[in-house]
Amino acid sequence: MEHHSPIQRLIARPEFGPLVLLIVEIAVFWGFNHDFLSPQNISNTLAFTVELGLIALAMTLLMTSGEFDLSVGSLFGFSPVLMWTLFNSGLTSLEVGFVVAVLVAAFIGLVNGWFVTQLKIPSFLVTLGMLLVVRGTALFVTDGFPQRTWSAEGSWLANMLVGDFFIGPFRIYMSLFWFIAAAIALGYVLTQSRIGNWIQAAGGNPNAARARGVNVSGVKIGLFILSSVMASLAGVISSLRTSAANPNSGTGYELEVIAMVVIGGTALTGGRGTIIGTVLGILILRVMRNGIVLIGVPGLAYNIFIGAIILGMMALHSWLERRHQAGT
Amino acid sequence: MAEPLIRMQNIRKSYGRVLALEDASFHVNEREIVGLLGDNGAGKSTLIKVLSGAVPLTSGDIFIRGKKVTLRSTSDAIAHGIETIYQDSALVTQLSIARNLFLGREPIKPPRFLNRMDQDAMNMVARDLLKQVGISKNIPPTTPIGSLSGGERQAVAIARAMHFDSDLIILDEPTNNLGVAETQGVLSFVRGARDSGHSCVFIAHNIHHVFQVVDRIVVMRRGKVVADDIDPKKASVAEVERIITGMSDKEIRDAVADGKPAH
Repeated sequence: MEHHSPIQRLIARPEFGPLVLLIVEIAVFWGFNHDFLSPQNISNTLAFTVELGLIALAMTLLMTSGEFDLSVGSLFGFSPVLMWTLFNSGLTSLEVGFVVAVLVAAFIGLVNGWFVTQLKIPSFLVTLGMLLVVRGTALFVTDGFPQRTWSAEGSWLANMLVGDFFIGPFRIYMSLFWFIAAAIALGYVLTQSRIGNWIQAAGGNPNAARARGVNVSGVKIGLFILSSVMASLAGVISSLRTSAANPNSGTGYELEVIAMVVIGGTALTGGRGTIIGTVLGILILRVMRNGIVLIGVPGLAYNIFIGAIILGMMALHSWLERRHQAGT
Repeated sequence: MAEPLIRMQNIRKSYGRVLALEDASFHVNEREIVGLLGDNGAGKSTLIKVLSGAVPLTSGDIFIRGKKVTLRSTSDAIAHGIETIYQDSALVTQLSIARNLFLGREPIKPPRFLNRMDQDAMNMVARDLLKQVGISKNIPPTTPIGSLSGGERQAVAIARAMHFDSDLIILDEPTNNLGVAETQGVLSFVRGARDSGHSCVFIAHNIHHVFQVVDRIVVMRRGKVVADDIDPKKASVAEVERIITGMSDKEIRDAVADGKPAH
């Protein structure tokens, strides 16, 4: 079983299914409507894709360690609200407001991780509770109204996070580069680094990992913090790009992000994760959302397709897994 | 007489009002394979759990080479050179053989701040170790544990204990659910471990497996060690069974309803 051809090895990879699905999806949408691959449509799709994508990248590592985080959507809404509130009230500059928002997010991640690892409460319950606390806080401090978003143009923070420029006909935001950098860095952490080995072991068999001296709780707490910080960063980027800070934004994103991660081939039960798969999963869902609108399917039908994709991909992954376990 | 590698003295362990171990004393010498036998509930698992740091003892002392130690956790015990191999539970099935072998002690490639595992070195050592424990098939070290057979998993766990110089390797029912050929494989890994200077405690329901491999047999009954110096070359299986059950030959024969010989 050692000498497989490169093609056989490609097919055996967990990312192969999502890759084929993405290619088929793009081909079908392009077949229906050639505008689908127009520079303008690609630019628009990418802009928002990377914002959700940042959260999905961190979620991949967290889910590989056997936990997940339902509070990311609420942080996506809360962090920009906090930043703009601080700025609008004249308490801080925009940059300091940003730093405060990220630090608060990190603290929320720490609390999530502490509840899960020290009080041994399932992450589903802990982060569901946190979702309500954070969303509730965002609604309470704003009375439910969107925040005044000072035009952030010219601020170096805005330029660094969402500055835009054209490459040929493509309008590219700086956030795309942050996304690519994060994907490379986290892919490296997961597959090459020692911490990555611990993350996978923590999700695969925490008792075995602990017996080998791996600090399973430390790993998980770190990943909860990463997840919260990425959600906060994504929220701020989105807010700066659209000049909006709505306390309700990000509602439901947690499930979309988790769907992206599992479609890519990361196991919901932990132990196995892939950043390449997640990048494909992100693109599959965002292309789907964009494509079905372009070809004239009502946007309200979107969830039917998403649900079908999730079910289909889960069936495929479970079949591949069983084949893999059988040693063929 | 030289101080044994491990000495457990007057170990008592109670779970609430249930006394699982009652003044049990047990020792393992250097380079020795000890077979630990006893009926269900005799206390062998509890004794092993105490020795592997999985449960705290109620009273008693543990000495390693004459030095008193306290084992608070399994990683504590591993740090003291005591490695316990439970069936399956010690490995991460999703990770490769090499990644399991080095879990928690992965070698890092310089520069250190990149935290990058030296996967080439890990795979090379893993390949050597697999050869050493005598896995005959050519299994690449990048194979996930999940696609190995039960015997091969035991071999990987034993290889890991040997590589990191555990003085004592405890095998809890290592031959359960294994086929004949795989069982022989595991028994030969155990002999190999002893020959390279490690001591082993071998727990198995199948007395015949124990007889094939151990240097000395210890029998427990109702939380006590009732015999601790049985030489498997001199004693017969029937004698040991008698000690395990506490019944006479005749009683055993009567207990075996269909009259099968008790070996």
